[in-house]
Amino acid sequence: MECQECHERPAALHFTQVVNGDKTEVHVCEHCAKEKGYMSYGEEGYSLHHLLSGLFNFEPSPFGKSTSTSNEKISEQGLKCPKCGMTYKDFTRVGKFGCSECYQAFSDRLNPIFRRVHSGNTKHDGKIPKRIGSNLHQKKELEQYRIKLQQLIEQEAFEQAAKVRDQIKKLEKEVHCKEEGEF
Amino acid sequence: MSLEQFISKAVSPWLKEDGPDSDIVLSSRIRLARNFDQIPFPIIADKSELEKVLDFFGQEYQHQSFKAYEDLELVQMRDLKPIEKRVLVEKHLISPHLAESNGESAALISKSEQVSLMINEEDHIRIQLYLPGFQLERALQQAFEFDDWLEEKINYAFDEQRGYLTSCPTNVGTGMRASVMMHIPALALTQQINRMIPAISQLGLVARGIYGEGSEALGNIFQISNQITLGKSEWDIVEDLQSVVQQLIERERKARQSLMDQTGLQLEDRIFRSYGILEHSRIIESKEAAKCLSDVRLGIDLGYLKNISNTILNELTILTQPGFLQQYAKKTLSPDERDELRASLIRERLDLEK
Repeated sequence: MECQECHERPAALHFTQVVNGDKTEVHVCEHCAKEKGYMSYGEEGYSLHHLLSGLFNFEPSPFGKSTSTSNEKISEQGLKCPKCGMTYKDFTRVGKFGCSECYQAFSDRLNPIFRRVHSGNTKHDGKIPKRIGSNLHQKKELEQYRIKLQQLIEQEAFEQAAKVRDQIKKLEKEVHCKEEGEF
Repeated sequence: MSLEQFISKAVSPWLKEDGPDSDIVLSSRIRLARNFDQIPFPIIADKSELEKVLDFFGQEYQHQSFKAYEDLELVQMRDLKPIEKRVLVEKHLISPHLAESNGESAALISKSEQVSLMINEEDHIRIQLYLPGFQLERALQQAFEFDDWLEEKINYAFDEQRGYLTSCPTNVGTGMRASVMMHIPALALTQQINRMIPAISQLGLVARGIYGEGSEALGNIFQISNQITLGKSEWDIVEDLQSVVQQLIERERKARQSLMDQTGLQLEDRIFRSYGILEHSRIIESKEAAKCLSDVRLGIDLGYLKNISNTILNELTILTQPGFLQQYAKKTLSPDERDELRASLIRERLDLEK
């Protein structure tokens, strides 16, 4: 829906006006709302993004004097995504990443943010894409075999352990071949 | 077009089927957020890059079918009139955010409207899959199958540590939002829901109104969904959500029973008054309509009202939204005109039951 005042920007505010008992619906963008005086309260619209970006700037560490100053240093140097050009400052303002590489570029800063948003979690534990993640599937499988091997050794079930060890070797070879092939 | 034909087009085919516990849970939905690996996210990508995404979907998926999801149709936002977009929002096929776009964004919708992909919304791809009633696990299974089918041709942005990479940090990891739409009038009437919502949010889940973020719980319909997407598997998230929904269902049933036992006559009176208003009013606002429809649906579920089909709440909740009213009238209507048409449409729909 476009703004009914400027017919340019999308309408961001929708409300009903009652003047002398006549009801009219108003759909305007933030800019026109301010210009035409539809918004009398506050300085500007407060959206989810503002809330989120407030969250990002929050320094969670109680003994964080030293960490916060070191963080400030990085931001002074200007943490920037090499691919899409988004700066960390942009990210905290908008509350959104610009591209998949931003995750790498801002990597050091993300754990506290993810912890706040996702109840303390920072690591994915769900679905892995079938095709591009097939190597990851095997790595996960390997991890499970290694745990199993350890358990079997502790139980002194050496015959079974030997079998598992062979499977691990076979899998390791496969994973290795794939990685060689990729590069 | 006759009202009957209009209704049959307005209500998504999948919503006409009955599902488990559909006296309380109207629908189950799984949404998966996915992005292309090499293309910047829609908020900063330039037009040509987004156009590439659109073209890809046009070429690869237009009129394709996968399993039960037949004849996928690509609907470009720039080709739609505002009313048409609004109708898609009211059917939950696209988000209000996508409807605001006039640029390089689209929806890819299956014939049954059970699957709807939003393209170049906040993320490049948002897969939405719906099932009637309470069947989250089945919905997740089906959404995964659809996701795998897309992944055959798309390199997703995925990271071993962070999972599926999304534009907003609130979606990273699984990229999944699982939700159910619940009609819980007895919990609302007995004011229990106000105490339950804070408890629900402590479990990493959130309860909100029917049209998502920031919307009011019109007609005692609440949407319950997961908030956390990182650190737990999709199945675990769905299991948590399911157990909370299961409890809500049981409490709603108990509350309904105790309302009947303790204040049966008042309840019956309330239901029949609402039925009377729907049957006879000449002007009705959407809020009042939603309240009355909720009462009538409760009346049907509890057996006070007979010979009325229980799909009436689903149908009329959608049909009496502003977008649908204007599509039915085939023109833009003022709020007063809408209230008038809403009343007459409800009367006509109830007449069909006689």
